Amino acid sequence: MSHAAVQDTPTPVPPPGGPGSLSQRSLPRWAPAGFALLGILVGVGIGTAAGLDSKVQWGLIAVIAFVVISYVVTSTVENQRQARDRLATSVVWVCFVLAVIPLFSLLWTTISRGIEVLDGYFLSHSMAGVPSAEVGGGVYHALIGTLEQVGIATVISAPIGLLTAVYLVEYGKGALARAVTFFVDVMTGIPSIVAGLFILSIMLMTEIKPSGLMGALALAILMIPVVVRSTEEMLKLVPNELREASLALGVPKWRTILKVVLPTAIGGITTGVMLAIARIAGETAPIILLVFGSQLINPNPFQGAQSSLPFYIFEQYKAGEVASIDRAWAAALVLIAFVMILNLVARGIARWKAPKTGR
Amino acid sequence: MAKRIDVSGLTAYYGSHRAIDDISMTVEPRSVTAFIGPSGCGKSTFLRTLNRMHEVTPGGRVEGKVLLDDENLYGANVDPVAVRRTVGMVFQRPNPFPTMSIFDNVAAGLRLNGKVRKSELAEVVEKSLKGANLWNEVKDRLNKPGSGLSGGQQQRLCIARAIAVEPDVLLMDEPCSALDPISTLAIEDLIGELKERFTIVIVTHNMQQAARVSDRTAFFNLAAVGQPGKLIEIDETERIFANPSVQATEDYISGRFG
Repeated sequence: MSHAAVQDTPTPVPPPGGPGSLSQRSLPRWAPAGFALLGILVGVGIGTAAGLDSKVQWGLIAVIAFVVISYVVTSTVENQRQARDRLATSVVWVCFVLAVIPLFSLLWTTISRGIEVLDGYFLSHSMAGVPSAEVGGGVYHALIGTLEQVGIATVISAPIGLLTAVYLVEYGKGALARAVTFFVDVMTGIPSIVAGLFILSIMLMTEIKPSGLMGALALAILMIPVVVRSTEEMLKLVPNELREASLALGVPKWRTILKVVLPTAIGGITTGVMLAIARIAGETAPIILLVFGSQLINPNPFQGAQSSLPFYIFEQYKAGEVASIDRAWAAALVLIAFVMILNLVARGIARWKAPKTGR
Repeated sequence: MAKRIDVSGLTAYYGSHRAIDDISMTVEPRSVTAFIGPSGCGKSTFLRTLNRMHEVTPGGRVEGKVLLDDENLYGANVDPVAVRRTVGMVFQRPNPFPTMSIFDNVAAGLRLNGKVRKSELAEVVEKSLKGANLWNEVKDRLNKPGSGLSGGQQQRLCIARAIAVEPDVLLMDEPCSALDPISTLAIEDLIGELKERFTIVIVTHNMQQAARVSDRTAFFNLAAVGQPGKLIEIDETERIFANPSVQATEDYISGRFG
């Protein structure tokens, strides 16, 4: 409000912030950034002054200073409600930063250390005849192993999980559906090593030799509940009106599910399956037990030992040589990239298949 | 080909709750019959019993008889899927299939039931869209998603979808309640045209609409909340609105309650 306008009004306008006024003193929009900067300065200041070695302590001091400063300043300049709002916002931001720091640190370390060894040769050669202390060798056999084991696990568990979810959402009621839901929940909590031991016990009883297939079976046990859960949620999101519209056209229920319900939910289902794949691609324990590990290229998942990316990383790290640890980092980078590409593909499919709203 | 509906002693339940009680009425072929009454009186439930959609709701079951030209819809060997092909339905909120184009939406009923040739399909789609007065608005964008249309167009798309399978009866559950007056007018005009070919039953909360579009009107009421809904009377629309034989009907129509 301009000064002149105040003079023109016959009754004096109450000063901003006074009783009865809707406007009040407020901090500029850059205030949070300023508080953060101030907090960091305080953290650095106290840290150097007190001679604290640990950067974690610096960070903690900065965080506390940031939260306290923003609360105190806001409550003096604005009011209590704004101050509480600022406090909550500050805590949310701090938590966000705390959550993101490890992620970026992990990505940075993996990329900077992994990129040294990672090249075409690394991706296209196995470890056959390469001593762990020497440079060279590659990840090809492990990559093939991971692709095949995860592929077989997906082929097994995607249909089972999908059909289970369809049963639970579209048909299941009563005791059986409750039991299925309960056991799916229990399965979600099975540690991977237990799934591995389960398959191992069968292998020992029937005298089957380790192979990629056995690992894939254990991975499938881990994957099925994840697929069921995510698919179930996606199917529940499909509006009932669409099912009724289809049924009212005289379309049988199974065709309604196949042609109306599943296509409507396919984007979310795909994302769910991809996330489940991402989860099992990093499993090491069942692979150690059931696939046994190998330095050689074995493209046949049904016979003989194979390797896999997580197993390869574990094995190279355990060797403890400089060259092998470099290889472990490069393989970790390959694994992250593999999962990331899957995620991007899933998002692409989800966007492509999502119900369209454009005119 | 329009058919006569003959309902006798129909009672519908949701679980143990009795939603409508002992309803008997006749719906004439090639006419529009409107159901009016306060919320919760079982109009929609009754409508859904006429094409066996009521039993799709968990816990829904029906007692009594619905004769469609002398064939009982609730007979022992009757396939509900076949019933729904004969008795089509349009819902309160427009519900085109979001994954399908305009063309596919109209073709859905035929295509999802299998057995149609492509050339035939295009013919049926054009005929149905023309029947729903939508052809001129969408003929240039048949491959665009149906959910991109306006609410009124979507509802006419749903009507086109329902008449594409050539039902004998068309049930409409408050088809205009989500639409503006202009779209409502378009649908009412459409109802007037469709009654030449189909038997139409329409549920509406709008009494002027009932008076405008219907030949016969049925008034439903319930004694109290939680009680089952009952058919109070059914008669020529003019008679119901000018000179109803039951006091409750007059009270409802003149706005004294409900």
